[in-house]
Amino acid sequence: MSTVEQSSNPMEATPQKPWARRPDEVRRSTLKLAAAAVVALVVVLFTGMAGFDGWAITLLVIVLVATLVTSRSLSSKDRKNLLVSVSITALAMLAFLPWLSILFSVVTKGYQALHVGYLFNDMRVTTPDDELSMGGVGHAIVGSLIMVAIATVVTMPLGILSGIYLTEVRGRLTFLVRFIVQSMAGVPSIVAGLFVYTTVVRTMGEYSGIAGAAALSVLMLPTVSRTAEEVLKLVPDDLRSAGYALGARQWRTAFMVVLPTVKSGLITAGILGVARVIGETAPLLLTSLATNGFAFNPFSGTLGSLPTYTFSLLQYGTEYAVARAWSGALVLMVIVFGLFTIARRVGRKK
Amino acid sequence: MTFGSVGQESVRTADGAAVSVGGSPMSAPSEQPFIGLETRGAHAWFGNHHALTDVSLKFPERTVTGLIGPSGCGKSTFIRLLNRMHEFIPGAAMAGQVLLNGKDIYAPEEDPAFVRLKIGMVFQKPNPFPAMTIRENVLAGIKLAHLDRDDHDSIVESCLTRAGLWKEVKDRLDASGGSLSGGQQQRLCIARSLAVEPEVLLMDEPCSALDPASTLRIEETIKELAEKITVVIVTHNMQQASRVSDYCAFFLTDGGPGYLVEADNTRKMFTNPADPRTADYVQGKFG
Amino acid sequence: MNTVPQKREMYVTYSRADKVFRGVVTAGALTSLVVLGLIALFLVVRSVDVFRTFGVQFLTGTEWNNAAFDETISPEFSIGPMLVGTIVVSVIAMVVAVPLSIGGALFIEFYAPKRIYKSLVSLLDLAAAIPSLVFGLWGIQVFTSFGVKWSNILYDWFRWIPIFDVEFENFGRSPFVSGLVLAAMVVPITTSVAREVYSRTPRDLIDTCFALGSSKWGAIRAVVLPFGKSGVIGGAMLGLGRALGETVAVFLVLNLSFRYTYRILDSEGGNVASIIASKFGEATDFEIQALIAAGLVLFVLTLIVNMIASVIVQRSAGRVNR
Repeated sequence: MSTVEQSSNPMEATPQKPWARRPDEVRRSTLKLAAAAVVALVVVLFTGMAGFDGWAITLLVIVLVATLVTSRSLSSKDRKNLLVSVSITALAMLAFLPWLSILFSVVTKGYQALHVGYLFNDMRVTTPDDELSMGGVGHAIVGSLIMVAIATVVTMPLGILSGIYLTEVRGRLTFLVRFIVQSMAGVPSIVAGLFVYTTVVRTMGEYSGIAGAAALSVLMLPTVSRTAEEVLKLVPDDLRSAGYALGARQWRTAFMVVLPTVKSGLITAGILGVARVIGETAPLLLTSLATNGFAFNPFSGTLGSLPTYTFSLLQYGTEYAVARAWSGALVLMVIVFGLFTIARRVGRKK
Repeated sequence: MTFGSVGQESVRTADGAAVSVGGSPMSAPSEQPFIGLETRGAHAWFGNHHALTDVSLKFPERTVTGLIGPSGCGKSTFIRLLNRMHEFIPGAAMAGQVLLNGKDIYAPEEDPAFVRLKIGMVFQKPNPFPAMTIRENVLAGIKLAHLDRDDHDSIVESCLTRAGLWKEVKDRLDASGGSLSGGQQQRLCIARSLAVEPEVLLMDEPCSALDPASTLRIEETIKELAEKITVVIVTHNMQQASRVSDYCAFFLTDGGPGYLVEADNTRKMFTNPADPRTADYVQGKFG
Repeated sequence: MNTVPQKREMYVTYSRADKVFRGVVTAGALTSLVVLGLIALFLVVRSVDVFRTFGVQFLTGTEWNNAAFDETISPEFSIGPMLVGTIVVSVIAMVVAVPLSIGGALFIEFYAPKRIYKSLVSLLDLAAAIPSLVFGLWGIQVFTSFGVKWSNILYDWFRWIPIFDVEFENFGRSPFVSGLVLAAMVVPITTSVAREVYSRTPRDLIDTCFALGSSKWGAIRAVVLPFGKSGVIGGAMLGLGRALGETVAVFLVLNLSFRYTYRILDSEGGNVASIIASKFGEATDFEIQALIAAGLVLFVLTLIVNMIASVIVQRSAGRVNR
């Protein structure tokens, strides 16, 4: 053993990662992959396997065969490890592919019917086959907003109360409430529509926006409750203890200590709930149906909405109608992604 | 073990072989490779945080070395440099060399998994694989490393015996790994590490989660293990270090990266250390 | 006498304001229970006539005739083919979705570069938020051409297996294609749950595998997969619940017809939800009651699946504290 003389200047030593792949190794691997892609393209062009999927499968086969061949010198353990890595990467690519395809399709096919005023016009005087520069989706946006707003006003308080019960009050029914919220999250949207049909629509005698809002509330409540509970659970018990130690009663502690700290989290819960229901079609088909023109009264008469707009145009089936449907989908996706981004921004501000 | 003074010295081991035990880390490499584990100028970073600086130590074969020092001085980081576990932490970086029998384990042609077979590790919290039986736990390393050994029964018996667990579990090898007490679980983990025949066994505070009786059993086991392999043990417990180790290395930090203060025979470190900080620490004045 | 003293009862008396607070909060929390109960209640009440008329035949029969155009026969409703269709389409979806989800979850947690980890998790959340309507639109407009191609290949090579045989060589809007679209929709949900479970694998068990000289796959197989088994099963059941009740995506892609079919490449089929949606518009009064009865069956089915799923997921989450 020796004592260390500390003769080397610690600042001289530079951090290294001898285990990381060296840049020239990475470059070589990338080139090999690119070469495989080109080979796959050539194979596809000259054989019957057409299309993107043909190319992808050919590429996968080439990579697998190449891996098998070049790994012959490795031990069986390392070889298996390498093959598994390739396979898992391939599976993951396959899993992500549909979503990327959807994003791509919605954008490229959806912009066709966009025009100035698209968001503000309605379809009252435009038929689905008219020129794409006519008409718009304004009525659908308004209808969706109205119904979602009503649903939010109803579900936010209930969801927050549910969260407070599970985290603050923690009564004897805790297990039951949590179980029920979980189960409700799995109710199919059409069943929610049927339920509201049998109650609200039958009682009122007509389809209406409020019925649609009721159906959306049924679907929104579990999401809001669950997120509210998660957010409230994050509040450390120390905070509550501090409140009680100062002599505050339970309700005061809840309102003045706990809730303000999770304000942004509860807003996130609401935003996520809205994002969940704004694209729901099935329940609206049974409750609020659709309209062609602007309608603002949720209590009487059908109400337009983005999903039913898109759905009915798609059913119509002609070229321009389908183009309009893609644009409706594009607007819907923009709204949903926008809501998610806002939710994340709000959540981060804490 | 004879005492030696600090600096160049030669010590006679139990079987009479002379092992060179001194030398500045910056001296010219010896003609014969050092048998055992050695670090030269080892540094460790986590991202931009410089956690460990310039540690040069030699761990001769078939000895027990204790790494002591207050918490936060980088002992655990250092020990993870020794079997290439440090690199699993995102943002980890290192500098310097770690040599096993003269060969740098971080050389590009070295297989890290093979290095970890030769340099094993036992962790602080006993962690037998919950989904496996006692027997399967012991053999787990052989399966995971695809080692070609079919004398499974004798491996299980010999490893459990060396770990001091055989008598207690030989009739229930098919019980779940989690059905043992804390001390037994840790000895199972030791047996598991022994099954792949390492040359060095690293132990990161192996007894800190155990009761005193189990701790003593494991300390006996460590001393028996050192007859065949090299042991490096991180410990917060100075009494344990003085009971168990042949050599000690004392680490410290001044708020910056951890560094090595002094390393010597255990007896010398505890009775007449060269550095006053070492004296303060072993007398319990801080830490 | 040194006996252990008796334990004292500890009381909590809530103030008036607190009692009101607790009452209001409890009432709010119980609305979910009330709503769920109301759903069950109203569905049962409105459809009880249907069950009384047809009995078990409602579930096993094969006819759906509302007798709107022929007053001599009495209407006959049964959902046998719809139930079979639901199972067929859902099974296809799950068979495809589960391996993709496990692969995707393992990839994100263990194989993807750490720099893009957060982005991948966000991508996963966004994918789960894509409305099913958009999946249906994409399914019928973009995916069907691929689906037709693959159906052709399956038919050419495997038609000796009965389920791949067809009555008419008209591939396109088949349970196979629709099942694949459903799979794409279920994958985000199942992958999210699987990824979350895998990320909770105790780090020291994984480290131990590496310390014993294991490769990455060795550690995954020995520790991660067994640890995550029940969580992944729970996630799969959640996905199954979603697939069973899916309306619009199936409606848009599948050529709806009311027939028993196990031949998944045939261009016809249906599941309960989509057939409810398709028949609702022009249904007679009694027919609507039958549709409500079908909805009740679907409700019970998905409720059971989701309850089992949440129990499994809860149990695996609690297991982390060994």
